[in-house]
Amino acid sequence: MINKIINLGDSALYCDFGQEVNKEINSKVIKYFNSVRKSNIEGVTNVTPSYNKLIISFNLSITNFKKIKKKIETLNIDYENKIINKEIQIPVCCENPFSLDIKRLEKKLNLNREQILEKFFNKKYFCYMTGFIAGMPFLGDLDENMRANRLETPRVKVPKGSIGLTEQFTNIYTFESPGGWNIIGNTPLNIFDSFNENEPNLINPGDTVIFKEITFSEYKNYHD
Amino acid sequence: MINSYFELIRSGINTTYQDKGRENLYHIGIPYSGAMDNRNFLIANKLVNNNLYAPVLEFAYQGPHLKYKGDKISIAVTGDVIFKIIKNGVENIGNCYESYQIESGDEIDIISTNKTIYGYLAIGGEIDIKFQWESCSINTKAKIGSNDGKKLENKQIIKLLKLNSNKDKKKINYINSKVENIRVIKGTNFNYFSEEGKQNFFEKKFIVSKLSDRMGMRLQGNKIDNIVKTNIKSEGLIRGVIQVPPDGNPIIMLSDHGTIGGYPKIGVVASVDYDRLVQISPGSKIKFTEIQLTDAETLFKLYEMDTDNLLSQI
Repeated sequence: MINKIINLGDSALYCDFGQEVNKEINSKVIKYFNSVRKSNIEGVTNVTPSYNKLIISFNLSITNFKKIKKKIETLNIDYENKIINKEIQIPVCCENPFSLDIKRLEKKLNLNREQILEKFFNKKYFCYMTGFIAGMPFLGDLDENMRANRLETPRVKVPKGSIGLTEQFTNIYTFESPGGWNIIGNTPLNIFDSFNENEPNLINPGDTVIFKEITFSEYKNYHD
Repeated sequence: MINSYFELIRSGINTTYQDKGRENLYHIGIPYSGAMDNRNFLIANKLVNNNLYAPVLEFAYQGPHLKYKGDKISIAVTGDVIFKIIKNGVENIGNCYESYQIESGDEIDIISTNKTIYGYLAIGGEIDIKFQWESCSINTKAKIGSNDGKKLENKQIIKLLKLNSNKDKKKINYINSKVENIRVIKGTNFNYFSEEGKQNFFEKKFIVSKLSDRMGMRLQGNKIDNIVKTNIKSEGLIRGVIQVPPDGNPIIMLSDHGTIGGYPKIGVVASVDYDRLVQISPGSKIKFTEIQLTDAETLFKLYEMDTDNLLSQI
């Protein structure tokens, strides 16, 4: 199942599931992630899934690479996906002042604004992982004609709620942060809530996200 | 109800509450945080009879200036720190690794760290602060932790809920060893770099850049050329990972790091050297030497034993 397990430094395992990025490989990663978390292996301090890798950190004071590697190799993987994945609708406004990079996207993709929005909205995007900053979902895949590179110079401050595009992926800036993705719009929804300790993330790996277009006045009135 | 508190006459430039940090949250994007220099954090708490993992004030470079009101309390400063204790208008230079009894009206003026970055002030008692995910540690980037996730400000009050009954004077002889050599285990993308780049990485010295903080330490020196791909598919990061972005200047991930990254990993700092790594100040030189996994494991055990021995002497 895992192609290879090697050490990442002296207190983490690097589990490699392959080079490609697709839903199948990522689903395997998430299954392992859920099984490792459920098995409560002594000394494991963090389990981090990504597109096609799983990193398992452990406390070197009480265990080591060899012991955890053995545990992972003999781990019972729960292939039944009992975790219920949600489908979440995210309202997004692509009007001024939110669509910071629409001009750049029009040029890069050789599409006009209407074509870009039509290809972006009302599609199902799969959540591969969350992180980089707290709660940020990495979603995919964008339409083949919607794939643009990162900005040459990243922004020092991307506003909270911004929806970014890069390559085959789209994300949501859960709070103001530096970042280099092309910003197409902004959501009034709070995606990360640090006061909800049990479930701080609105979107979790395996969930499906659908973006719904809203107008500027709908955005402004969203919380009323 | 007790009415004992410190007022921050000056907060210092980067003063936060820290404890051992948070586990099991990488997958939602939250790093460990916690005291950067774990050994000095533990010693500070032991000197004032606190639980070893109790919240402390961590400061970087310039520390806080505090005035105390209330019943007698003990405090201790650890690290390589210059500070004064002011009683009835009389200033005395304080010693690190020694607890002091502080009375109402006394002031503690933590002027600065000496040739290091981080220092710790432990207060013998329980501070009135909020915990998130069982930790008070402030992560200013994610606005998580006590004090609404913000660093401490001038005029702020540090209220105490309880004072430790044992206020006996305690001290320990300890000197922070200065290091330049940091031991590194080869990373998962070590072979992405040119022969010359790999050689430079382990043979040449790097300079710590001013653009370093609790998230990461940026280095400058001989550029490390990537001959494969300058970006990888984003994947998890851990504390101590050394990433090399396209410009060829390594960045070491520190306690408040982003949990996911897309730059190749040339190496990972051995856990045994983490406390000393974080104290290397901007402008200083740093040199990496390669270490094998089993040696890194053994050295970490010895380092922990050494920490335990220090703590048991207090």
